[in-house]
Amino acid sequence: MAAVNPVSSSAVEGRSLWVDARRRLMRNRAAVVASVILISMTLAVIVGPWLVPFDYDFTDWSNIAVPPDLASGHLFGTDSLGRDLLMRTLYGGRISLLVGLVATLVSLLIGIAYGAIAGYVGGRVDHLMMRIVDILYAMPFMFFVILLMVLFGRNIVLIFVAIGAINWLDMARIVRGQTLSLKRKEFIEAAEALGTPTLAIIRRHIVPNLLGVVVVYVTLTIPQVILVESFLSFLGLGVQEPMTSWGALVNDGAQEMESAPWLLIFPAVFLAATLFCFNFIGDGLRDALDPKDR
Amino acid sequence: MLKFALKRFLGAWPTLLIMIAIAFFMIRVAPGGPFDSERKLPPEIEARMLQAYHLDEPLYQQFGRYLAGLLKGDFGPSFQYKEYSVSELVMAGFPVSLRLGGLAMLLALVVGVSAGTIAALRQNTRTDYAVMAVSMTGISIPNFVMAPLLILFFAVFLGWLPAGGLGDGSAANLVLPVISLALPQIAYISRLTRGSMIEVLHSNFIRTARAKGLPERLVILRHAIKPALLPVVSYLGPATAAIITGSVVIEQIFGVPGLGRFFVQGALNRDYTLVLGVVIFYGVLIIVFNFFVDMIYALLDPRVKY
Repeated sequence: MAAVNPVSSSAVEGRSLWVDARRRLMRNRAAVVASVILISMTLAVIVGPWLVPFDYDFTDWSNIAVPPDLASGHLFGTDSLGRDLLMRTLYGGRISLLVGLVATLVSLLIGIAYGAIAGYVGGRVDHLMMRIVDILYAMPFMFFVILLMVLFGRNIVLIFVAIGAINWLDMARIVRGQTLSLKRKEFIEAAEALGTPTLAIIRRHIVPNLLGVVVVYVTLTIPQVILVESFLSFLGLGVQEPMTSWGALVNDGAQEMESAPWLLIFPAVFLAATLFCFNFIGDGLRDALDPKDR
Repeated sequence: MLKFALKRFLGAWPTLLIMIAIAFFMIRVAPGGPFDSERKLPPEIEARMLQAYHLDEPLYQQFGRYLAGLLKGDFGPSFQYKEYSVSELVMAGFPVSLRLGGLAMLLALVVGVSAGTIAALRQNTRTDYAVMAVSMTGISIPNFVMAPLLILFFAVFLGWLPAGGLGDGSAANLVLPVISLALPQIAYISRLTRGSMIEVLHSNFIRTARAKGLPERLVILRHAIKPALLPVVSYLGPATAAIITGSVVIEQIFGVPGLGRFFVQGALNRDYTLVLGVVIFYGVLIIVFNFFVDMIYALLDPRVKY
């Protein structure tokens, strides 16, 4: 840091894709507001459990299934086992946000690399790679999860892997579809004419131009992943009681929506708010990353 | 084009075979069996049952027997629904799921593409935010919450529509399940359409079309919509295959006898033949739809060549 690199300081600062994108993202008001909300939500989920006086599996025998109430200290009320809903919502948020981020990241990385290579290289490679995707689509997902569980035991990382492993298929197909159309464009031809190596073309020219559609699809993958987790939990393959997740809480709440609506409303609001934030951040990112839109 | 189609047709068979083989062995390796129950069967009876279904033979022999059956169009008997063969179960459930899923996808396509296009044309305005917020409810509020809410409002509170079942199969019975199925798809399709439409609207050929004075409506309909639909079409292949093979959640809530429940029940009951049957059925649909998707790419975007 002390020795000034003469080359980089004297050269004109190139605007990298990411620096540029960040500046443009900061100008998008909806995306900034959504980011602030999402960051606060994440902080609440991480720090919040230390501030709530009830444990997530603690049964308050004098307050079973009570509606939200200041006097009893249960701000979100309690469920039919007398457990504090606020605490459970915060704990559930930890699981759901983590599943959403990790599984989406897995599907993002595999999906982009796989789809871009298949689409760009084309021909026999594309044919083979896409038939493998077809085969994976048809695999009985539940048996896949059961098998993973038998082989590696039940743990949360496994759920991430399993969910990520099915979600990259859609991403790969979408990325490939876009690549097929992109690779005939003039700037790709120019790069090919200059003798740019294949991988460099994919990395420098194909992928940045795909990001718009990819970001939009990511904002659709996050809710999907969070809900698949709740489906797995419902089947007894995901997070286990007394641990919980937003999907599981919403699922439980939906069973009692007429007798104890707060059990549905609070977790559902947290879940929906998070998904809306991701959605607006995604749109902002899409605008910011669009290389044509300057 | 014809050469491409022929190549894909030939390529479909090994794909299908590998699909069947992996599914067959994966299901067998998983612990549990079709005749496990709370009450243990007497060993001699269990042995007889295994023998009757040829489950006592070595795996490779069973696989051969299964493939030979498939060649004759025989998917085997269901272990759980003992009076029925797998083909009968699938053929009973599929028309129901196809009708619901097909209508839902059609609805989602019309609403989703329109909403996405409107939002893209009014990018980052209030209209855009409003349209996108509404369409996002389809995935922000999960299916198993949305469907009961719809029933509560339209069937119980307003009394306009029946709460469940297919009844005499009239249109009124289909409305709520079709809407519940379509809502998440609307979210996907509208978001994908909006994103790629914005990108397409910034291309040079759109600027040219506008510059030569073409009315905005024609710019959209004649030039922008086709390339903008590319990612939607990619999504549509697998999504259509999934939706017309039923949704276990929607079927349960509305009491509809579709195909979706077999995927989950079959797996939970270790009904080997039933699971394989629906896997093969679904796999064929995936292969066929993804083939059509690849053909449609070339129609939508003249740059795409295989």
